[in-house]
Amino acid sequence: MPEFLQFLFSGLTVGAIYALVAVGFTLIYSSSDVINFAQGEFVMIGGMGTYVLAAAGLSLPVAAVLAIVIAVAVGLLLHRLAIEPARDASAVTLIIITIGASILLRGVAGVAFDKNFHSLPPFLGAQPWLVGGAAILPQSVIVLCGAGLIVVLLWWFMNRTRYGKATLATSANRMAARLVGIDTSRVVMLSFAISAAIGAVGGVLVTPIVLTSYDVGTLLALKGFAAAMLGGIGNPVGAVGGGLLLGLLEAFGAGYVSSSYKDAIAFLVILGVLFAMPQGLFGGKAIERL
Amino acid sequence: MMRSAIVRLAGSRYASFMSITAILLLLPLVAPSPFYLRIATLVFIFALAVLGLNLLMGFAGQVSLGHAGFFGIGAYAVAVGPAHLGVPAWAALLAGAALAGLLALVVGRPILRLKGHYLAVATLGMGLLISMVFTNEARWTGGPDGMPVARLALFVWTARGTQTWYWISGATLALGALIAINLIDSPTGRAFRAIHDSETAAAVLGVDVARYKLVAFVLSAVYAAVAGAYLALFDGLVTPITAGFLRSIEFVAMAVMGGLGSIFGSVVGAAVLTVLPQLLTVFHDYEQIALGTIMILFMIFLRAGIVPALAAFIERKPP
Repeated sequence: MPEFLQFLFSGLTVGAIYALVAVGFTLIYSSSDVINFAQGEFVMIGGMGTYVLAAAGLSLPVAAVLAIVIAVAVGLLLHRLAIEPARDASAVTLIIITIGASILLRGVAGVAFDKNFHSLPPFLGAQPWLVGGAAILPQSVIVLCGAGLIVVLLWWFMNRTRYGKATLATSANRMAARLVGIDTSRVVMLSFAISAAIGAVGGVLVTPIVLTSYDVGTLLALKGFAAAMLGGIGNPVGAVGGGLLLGLLEAFGAGYVSSSYKDAIAFLVILGVLFAMPQGLFGGKAIERL
Repeated sequence: MMRSAIVRLAGSRYASFMSITAILLLLPLVAPSPFYLRIATLVFIFALAVLGLNLLMGFAGQVSLGHAGFFGIGAYAVAVGPAHLGVPAWAALLAGAALAGLLALVVGRPILRLKGHYLAVATLGMGLLISMVFTNEARWTGGPDGMPVARLALFVWTARGTQTWYWISGATLALGALIAINLIDSPTGRAFRAIHDSETAAAVLGVDVARYKLVAFVLSAVYAAVAGAYLALFDGLVTPITAGFLRSIEFVAMAVMGGLGSIFGSVVGAAVLTVLPQLLTVFHDYEQIALGTIMILFMIFLRAGIVPALAAFIERKPP
């Protein structure tokens, strides 16, 4: 039982980060049809940026906020300089552009920061809490609560504000949204900014547990993409569910089956799910985007 | 006169085959050192894999983010076969290609039912699973450090040295291009393109969509496996990176940058992404920045791919 709880908590913690990356994927995808493979780089900027700024003498909260602002600026630049000029290009062309952007951002991070692994001090101390025989890091709880808060805020934004409703309208039908006077290009810009912010917050929260370095983005983007697809792309609830499920699969797979094959177990399940439900777990009816 | 001859030649369906052959024959005459032939050999090998991927992506319209898995199967076949099973390298190469094709056949049927990004994530998962086997089955594969590969030997002759592999890989690429060109103009190729444009329309016209997707998938897997075997034999070493996710992404980037649906584009795409990193090493720390920037600029300004975009540009120009 303590073992089970231990795996459960570590799975949820990792899963929360996958969920945040997957939500970022989903936001950008639903407003623009772009699969943004540079999504993991936002997490990296959040973590590495905070570390470097804190090392330069800023207090941790200031450094974190600044790092998030930097990530948002990078997200806006990415949209303005790389996505917007290729707006009419095919989906696969846009994917190559975001992969190019992710290589570029990794290169910039390697030069601007450094190429070592870094960590941040845990926000509530490093003394683990004992729950039912399992040791839980306070930081894990912070990660989970933070991720939950972000999802709630996002839901509120989407359903209760004008900009959020414009985003929803754009993802439902871009042409119709434009016809009723929504500036869809602004909406896409906004979704890049929010995705960047979500990724960066995730990076700040998780860095005290899992180290960060200039090149962590690739793996996160891969896992986040898989999580988004597992849940059903374009569906924020699916993204969160897919992310948590992926994290749990990895944790239980590593704990009970084989740690060297934990990713294999996760992807076997994903393949199985997709064979049974080709639209993902929470995916709605087939929406053909043309 | 000259111009119209060039246009006619360029318009011929064998233009890409002839271009590849011409490059293959002329390059050794102008290459100042064996280093250039080494790079050219790598380009030929990658181009072979990309050519297969282009049949799948550019012609049949199905994306794969896991092709390095098939590439890795070919590479590890020529490593594991001679070392552990006593199979000669040439037989291991054939067995690797057959194995990759067989795997594609088995996995292809359920995977290819998926569409768009769901297909992308499924192929990605397949590629990761294959590379994880190479990383974890250290008893057979040497684990993360990889394993050495014995030289290819046919009877008394052993293939060694850059020169030899230049000709082997170049000739295979030319042959691969020839096969691809003939395939594209066959009923199978037309079925591919019909599926690419609209699966529903193709099905209505009587094209067995599932079957032809599978044919394209298996073919592309065999191309990738042969290329992987060549790379392993040429390098004399395989590591799990050979089959890794980044290699898969690299193949897709090569196919898209060169031009989806263009045979010669596969070669150009492979050349750009193989030569660029070599050139960019002079920038040291700024190498990745330059590579990423160039990829973005290429895709913004030549979004149809280098070869199709340039071809359209030349056609538009008045004579």
